[in-house]
Order: sequence, then structure tokens, then C-alpha cells
Amino acid sequence: MRIEGKGLIDRTRPVSFHFDGHRYQGFQGDTLASALLANGLRMIARSFKYHRPRGVMTDSSAEPNALVTVGRGAAQEPNLRATTIELQEGLWACSQNRWPTLGLDVLAVNDLFARFLGAGFYYKTFMWPRAFWERVYEPLIRRAAGLGALSGASAEDRHERAFAHCDVLVIGGGPAGLMAARAAAEAGADVILAEEDTRLGGRILAECGEIDGLAALQWVEEIAGQLAGMPNVRIMTRTAVTGAYDGGTYGALERMAPDVADRPHAPKGCFWRIVARRAVLASGALERPVAFPDNDRPGVMMAGAVRAYVNRWGVAPGRATVVFGNNDSAHRAVADLQEAGVHVAALVDARSYATCDLDVPFYPGAQVCGTSGRRGLESVALATPRGVERIAADCLAVSGGWNPSVHLACHMGARPVWDPVLQAFLPPEGAVPGLCAAGAAAGRFSTRACLESGLAEGRRAARDLGLSTPDLTVPMAEDHVYDILPLWRVEGRGRAWLDFANDVTVKDVELAARESFRSVEHMKRYTTQGMAPDQGKNSNVGALAVLAETTGQGIAETGTTTFRPPYVPVPIAALGAGGKGKGFAPERLTTSHAESLARGAPMIEAGLWYRPSYFPKTGEHHWRQSCDREVVMVREAVGICDVSTLGKIDLQGPDAARFLDFVYTTRFSTLKVGRVRYGLMLREDGHVMDDGTCARLAEHHYLMTTTTAAAGQVMRHLEFVHQGLRPEWDLRMVSVTEQWAQFAVAGPRSRDLLNGLLEVPIDDAGMPYMGCGAVRLGGVAARLFRISFSGEHAYEIAVPARYGAALFASLVKAAETMGGGPYGMEALNVLRIEKGFITHAEIHGRVTAFDIGMQGMMSTKKDFIGKAAASRPGLLAVDREQLVGLRPVGAIKELLAGAHLFGEDAEAISVNDQGYVTSACYSPTLGHVIGLGFLRRGRARLGEQVRAVDHLRGSETLCEVTEIVQHDREGGRVRG
Amino acid sequence: MRLDCPICGERDRREFYYQGAALRRPAAEVWGPDWDDYIHNRENPAGVTRDLWQHEQGCGAWLVVTRNTVTHEVLDVTLAAEMGA
Repeated sequence: MRIEGKGLIDRTRPVSFHFDGHRYQGFQGDTLASALLANGLRMIARSFKYHRPRGVMTDSSAEPNALVTVGRGAAQEPNLRATTIELQEGLWACSQNRWPTLGLDVLAVNDLFARFLGAGFYYKTFMWPRAFWERVYEPLIRRAAGLGALSGASAEDRHERAFAHCDVLVIGGGPAGLMAARAAAEAGADVILAEEDTRLGGRILAECGEIDGLAALQWVEEIAGQLAGMPNVRIMTRTAVTGAYDGGTYGALERMAPDVADRPHAPKGCFWRIVARRAVLASGALERPVAFPDNDRPGVMMAGAVRAYVNRWGVAPGRATVVFGNNDSAHRAVADLQEAGVHVAALVDARSYATCDLDVPFYPGAQVCGTSGRRGLESVALATPRGVERIAADCLAVSGGWNPSVHLACHMGARPVWDPVLQAFLPPEGAVPGLCAAGAAAGRFSTRACLESGLAEGRRAARDLGLSTPDLTVPMAEDHVYDILPLWRVEGRGRAWLDFANDVTVKDVELAARESFRSVEHMKRYTTQGMAPDQGKNSNVGALAVLAETTGQGIAETGTTTFRPPYVPVPIAALGAGGKGKGFAPERLTTSHAESLARGAPMIEAGLWYRPSYFPKTGEHHWRQSCDREVVMVREAVGICDVSTLGKIDLQGPDAARFLDFVYTTRFSTLKVGRVRYGLMLREDGHVMDDGTCARLAEHHYLMTTTTAAAGQVMRHLEFVHQGLRPEWDLRMVSVTEQWAQFAVAGPRSRDLLNGLLEVPIDDAGMPYMGCGAVRLGGVAARLFRISFSGEHAYEIAVPARYGAALFASLVKAAETMGGGPYGMEALNVLRIEKGFITHAEIHGRVTAFDIGMQGMMSTKKDFIGKAAASRPGLLAVDREQLVGLRPVGAIKELLAGAHLFGEDAEAISVNDQGYVTSACYSPTLGHVIGLGFLRRGRARLGEQVRAVDHLRGSETLCEVTEIVQHDREGGRVRG
Repeated sequence: MRLDCPICGERDRREFYYQGAALRRPAAEVWGPDWDDYIHNRENPAGVTRDLWQHEQGCGAWLVVTRNTVTHEVLDVTLAAEMGA
């Protein structure tokens, strides 16, 4: 029911929305919760476990009851708190955890069996038969108890991530936060003021008071206006600071206003990482309930929330309200309700010594001991010194005291400190470096105390940063003394809820204690108290106080559970914003990409690179047809292949040569200018890291190539070896992978092809095998290397990347006039397996130079990375698995990489494992299938027969062990 | 977590690559207990530790970071090149 003339809503702007399919109207400035209350809806949800009718309980992000699903289809978002959803035209919201409807919920029958469903019920009941848990019990329970559901459809990514930096982060924009921000900002600090709500003011928005003789709201407007006008202040409303992390880093979730989020391409929210040199925690306090019997009926609300609905939203949550408390907040609620013309049926104060000068039926020393009403509160039972009385009421406003929001101060492991006077936990000092608490978060509850401590902490932060602080006086405001009588629970018939969100009652906590779950951490896990979406914001302190009473330990000794981020739920979509698709795996494309696609080549991923698999010709229907043709083409004519993805590292300096001697197993200082050498690089633990060629372009200038996959790792390794181990050596290195486009020109006609393009032709004397040098073609300076990964007479030619596309096109065109053409990864792989050249299929991280037959490349005359470790006897043992060639000799010709090798007659079980196949292909050159693999004592077993068995794919092939090189063993072809 | 790169200034830890303990490489070219310590044996202290990090997304500098594994305090960041890791 609306109250005329009250609230910060815009009554000239009605907003219509849907809840459970019905159309309602609210106003601009409403939340879904205030609009539903204004429309007289009290039951908004069903509880998690017992399916009890539930209504709005709070006015904040801590709401345990009023969880709803918003939106339809892929954008459907479950478990949003109605108290934080800004009303917008067309909003579509639905209640959750009920079937078929909120009013008629079949599983409400759970409530009748509540006495059998206490804490630990599932663990105790669904024990037998064991196999039933996963298949029967758990799915049933999950369906019966729960929250809202996702649509299952992939939602469009509409979140962002961002960094922000500031001198002082002020967390919370209530009176304390506003003063802190002002003090720090006027001292010249760069300030971010983050407020979870849609507007600044904090509790002031919910109360009607005065500051410095102004209406408190007007004071807020003035100071907010001042701050907004300062260039060094950034006000971030709708931004909940969710976590405190190392190094002054804070996580924060910003929700965009609905009208902003609806703009095309606008994000729905942004996850911020705010780096602050100092922080002021002015996060306020949350009012806590009291556990009296049947305290969960719709209509039972927090007193502070009732004030907020009256003052901020102009909504009376009931026609007749009973207010119950153990502190003066209850009295202030009565005053606000009466001022707004809402009938207060009784003020019940647990403090027998309390007095009241309001015109209201006053019950000092009394407690609410029960409620009744089917789908909402109808009457309240009071235990008074004179006996039990019943009062008709449809709203019960409860204040059990205030819990400072200490969460962020405890995010780095510290526990809050119990204050027996305030009956509250206070933030531990210095637990998050650079963060101090102010205002209600620090247990300073009056408005004046908030303003004062906000000012003090804002100044302190500025002073810590070496800024001189301005003279500011503390504004005048109410300065009540907080007086509270501890009251956690009221005895009586019926269940008394502690954790509304997870349906945990006093009885459950008592049961936990009886069954020896007496530590607060055990109690939490046994009862699930504090594990719902509200993370126990309403229930943690109450539950541990009840546990303390039950066990006889004090509250301070019982302590709290661990506080962990996030303070409010953060969508995974926000944390992982930008991490889908290309954001997850950026695409690296070669300069020949477009031409390859135009030729119909399917692309294959190689790390982040995309490379052509093969180039299909008309009439070819299977990749093998294209691959076989391309292999033959290279062996008989000439083929072109883009090899730009290989890592290219340019090393220069007087000490480049000795540096390479140190990182490669063999010498490179002896390499002549204009020559290329193959090199093997080990890790310090003696295993092979990578291989590749390295060319000496000038006396102090080398160009190293790495495999595509290991380019980043090798670069990092080289940087480490230089900076960390040999910083005195004079050299510099840089990755030039992206800067050069490089193409293999392979096959017996390769030189003919090149000589058709080069400005000065080459011959064998000028450009012998493993030679390199500068050339020119088409007016462009290029580099030519006579190296081969195919075993054929071959070259690699490199041009600056901007000429790559043009060069690839002209190379392919020239090749096609000679019976050649482009070849892809499949053919490249076959060509290298035929020649026994290794890739990371072989040097996979667990093999040594000895294993691949390159022990002779480990120099004995110099130190190199991995030398000492590679000399360990175990890495040179003859019974290690050694690289061999394989060839099927039985009826079955299929050979699969990944198959394991077994003796001819041995059973194919792991104890008999002799090795494994690393690479396999059909060789069109040899006319049969070939492979490479590692075999125990392999080099001594040439000519033996072994079985390659792949249990996963059901394959078994009899193979002969062959030499690694299966084609052109003499290597004559490569020399042309 | 933030690291104060001596070249680039203070940066988020996501810009850095973590390698492991910062130890002195043995001079011997043959295997021995000191090599075992260098490659395999680690202290894993609850307290002050020295690690190698690389500012991979920044200047590429290798850094020796001294930090406290209990308090998460970063006590010192020095270029590995100046330290002789």
C-alpha cells in the first residue's frame, strides 16, 4: 500500500512489470520488492527446503527470502534478490522453487514432515543402498530443494572487466563514506567512492533525520554534488566491493542501470579490479533478526527495512504493524511509521527497563513468542510479564541489533573481534593492509558518530599518503547511545528460524551441537547454515550465539566462520568477461591465410595459429588423396609451404655466439657466417626442450628458429639464461616471428623455381646445403636458407611480413607451372616421418638426447644448459625407451599414434609395456604405412617384431622395428 | 597481488610469469648433490621466500621477488640480472 507524499520514487513515471505472469504497476525508483509490497503481495517465494511461504524481509543485498528469476529464454537469470532489482518497464520476474504455482506448491508437504528433515537428515537417511545416492536420491533431493534454474541456453556475453586505480577507495556512500571521501578528496587524494545502492546516502535514505540543520537527504544531495564536481573524485554507484585482496587490490561488481544495459552493445555489468593505496571501509551494518517461533511468515520483516519501505519507497508493508526489538531501533521504527500515518499495534521491547514516550501500546520486558497466519502474518503472540497476549497484525518489524559489515576487513584471513557492549563483531585492526573501518562498520552507530569517524578515517588515509588534510568540522546530527539487551532466541512451541535462506532453525543448531558438531565451522557444514546465496549475512551471528548458548562457550570463544569473497554473488559471466571465443583463444593468422582459404584448404589449429591441412583439388574427396598427391609432388617436383609459424628469434651482440654455445648442446661459435646448423636445446633437468636451426647472418648476428609450439617457452628460457645466469654477456635478443613471412620451397625443382624469381640466380656453390644468405626478389630484400624438413633439395625464403601474401602467391604460381603447388600440414608430416625428423610428438618433455639417438650432439668440451643433469646414469641407460622406426608387417596395416608396444607373444598389459607409437602415416613414397615410436632398447632391436596395441580404439598391428629414417637413408636427395 | 617491476613500476600479478625458487646455478658440469638441490629439492617455507618471476606481459625482465608466504607481503623486487640468481 502506498503512502501519499512519501518516498524517493517518481510518481509521475509509472512503470509496469510482470510477476508470475500477472501485470502490476510501480514507479520509477522502486525496486521489485518495494513495488510488490506496494501492490499488496506478501508471499513472494517458497523456502529452500520446507517450501514455506516467504516474503520480503530486508531492503538490501542481504535478502534471504525474496529470490526471483528475471528475464526469459537465454537471458533468464535466477536467484536475483527482489530487493536489489531496479524496476523497469516490462520487467519479467517469476517466483522460484514452487510447482505448479507459488500459491499451490505440491512440495509444501515437506513442511509437514519437517520433524524428520532436520540437520544431517540426508546423510543419515539415504545411506543404503550405496549405489542409490548418485542415481536416485541426489537427483530427487536436488529437484525437491533448491533455487531457480538457468535456461540451459548459451547467454550472450554482456559483461566487461576493467581495472581502476586510486589513492583512496571509500567503500560505502552513507554518512561515514561521504565524509571520508570528502576529507580525502579535499586533501587532494584521487578518490573512488563505491556504493552498492543506486544512489548515495546509505541508511539516510531509509530514515528521516537532520544533519547540520538540513533534512539529512538534502545534506546528502549537497555533499554528493560537491564530490561529483571534484575532478579527483569518481563516484561509482551500483558498485558493490566484493573482495579485498593482496596489494591493495579490491574486486567490485558494477551493475549498469537497466536503461543503460538495454542500449545496443552496452554491458550488463562490469567486474572491476580497483587498486587503492588506502581504503576506508564504510560498509555500514546489517540489522539482525531474532529467532522466535514461526518468525518466517510473510509480513515478518526487519525493522530497518520497514522504515526504508516507508521512507524511501512510500510503501506501508502492513495495515497494522507490531514492532519488536531489544534496542532503540525499534522505537525509531515506531516513530517513523506513526509519522507516516501507518498504524502501529504494539511496541514490544525485550528490555524491561526501557521507557517509551511514543503514543503506542508499549510492552517493556516482553518478547514475541509466536506468530500465526496461513500465507502471511495474521497475529502475533507476546510473552509479557503478565502472560501471553495475542495481537492482530499483518506486519511484524523486528530488530535484534546491528551487525557491522566487517566482511572485507576479514577477507585476508583475520577474524572479527567480539564487543560485549555492542553485542557485535567489529573489524580487526590492520588485517587488510591500508584498510580502516569507519561508521557503523566500525560499530559507530549514531549518525553523528558515523560522520565523525568517516571524517577521521578519510583524513587518516590522506595523511598516510603524505597529504595535508583540510579543516573540516563534524556536522551536527543525532547522536544516540546504542543500548542493547542480548536476545538471540525466544523459547516456545514451533520452529524458530536462524537461516531463512537455507531453512536452518534453532533446533538444527542444537542438534548439531548434540551430535558433536560443536565447532562453528562444523556446525555450519552440518546444518548448511550460512551456505545459501546470502552467505549467512542475516544468520551467522545469531546461529553462533545459539551454538554458544548450547555448548556453554561464550560468543567470543565460539567465534565466526571464515569470511571469504565475494561479499555479494558475482556472475561467472562478469568474472570471466571477455574470456569466450577469441577472447579465450586469439587467432594468429599467417600471411598466406586468405590464399589458403581461397584454395579450399581446411585449417588446423597449431597453438593459436591456423595452418592449412591440405589443398584439395577437384575430384579429391578424402584428405588422404590430397595429402598423398602433395607428398609425391614434393618428392618429384616442388611444393610450397608456409612455415612462418615457427618461432624466429634474432640474437645480436659480441657474446651471442658463446650464448648459443651455452643454450644448445652443440657449438655455434664455430659456425661460419652464411651457414645454418641444426641445434638441440635441453632443459636444465637434462631432457629435450626444443630443436631447430640457427643461422649465422653476421659475425655477431644469429637467427634462431624454434618449433611453432615451443616458441614462447624458448624465448622465455633464453631471456632467463641471459638475465638470470649470464647477465654479464653482451647480447640482445628479440622475437621476430611476426615480422618475417617464411616459406619452404621443397623438391627437386626448388632451385629452378627460385631462380625464376630471384634477381641474382643461385647455384650449389654459392648456396650449398645448410647455407644461408641475403637475396633479392621483386625489388625486396629477402633471406634464403637452404634447409630441409622434407629430405628433399629445399630452401626456406623469408621476406618482411607485409610481402608474405604476394610472395606466397607468386611461389605457388611458379610451382604450378612446374608440376608443383602448395602443400599443407598433412603432407609436411608425412614427409618428415619418412625422413625420421622429430617434432613435439617425439620430444614431448620426457625424452633425452640419448633417447632420440642424439647423444653424440652433447658436447663434452663445453658447459651447456642441461649438461650435468643429462649425464645422470639413469638418463643414459641402455634399457631406456629409444626412438625407432616402425613398419606393419602382418595382415593389419593400420598403425595408430598412441598405441603401445608389446613383445610378439606378451600379453598386452601394462607390466609388459615396451614403449609407444608417437607418429604414424601412410607413406606414398614407400607405398606402405610407417611410424615412429619409442621402444625399450629399441636401437638394439632393429628387425625384431613387436605388436602395436591400442586398447582404446581396438587396434592391434604386428610391426617390424626399423631405422628411424625410412626414406633416402644416405641423404643424397637433400644435397640435390 | 601486485609486483613492483624495477623497470615498469607496480603491476598486477597477471602480467607476470612465475618460475619458482631463485637459486644459484651450480658451476660443476657433472651431476652432484648441489645439482639435485638446484633442480629438485625445495624448502617450501612458511615465511620469507625468494622466487623468480618474469614480467612477461611487460618488459620481459626476469625478477627475483622476495616475499612472505604467510603475510603475502612483497618485501623486495630486484632484476635477476643485477642479482646473479
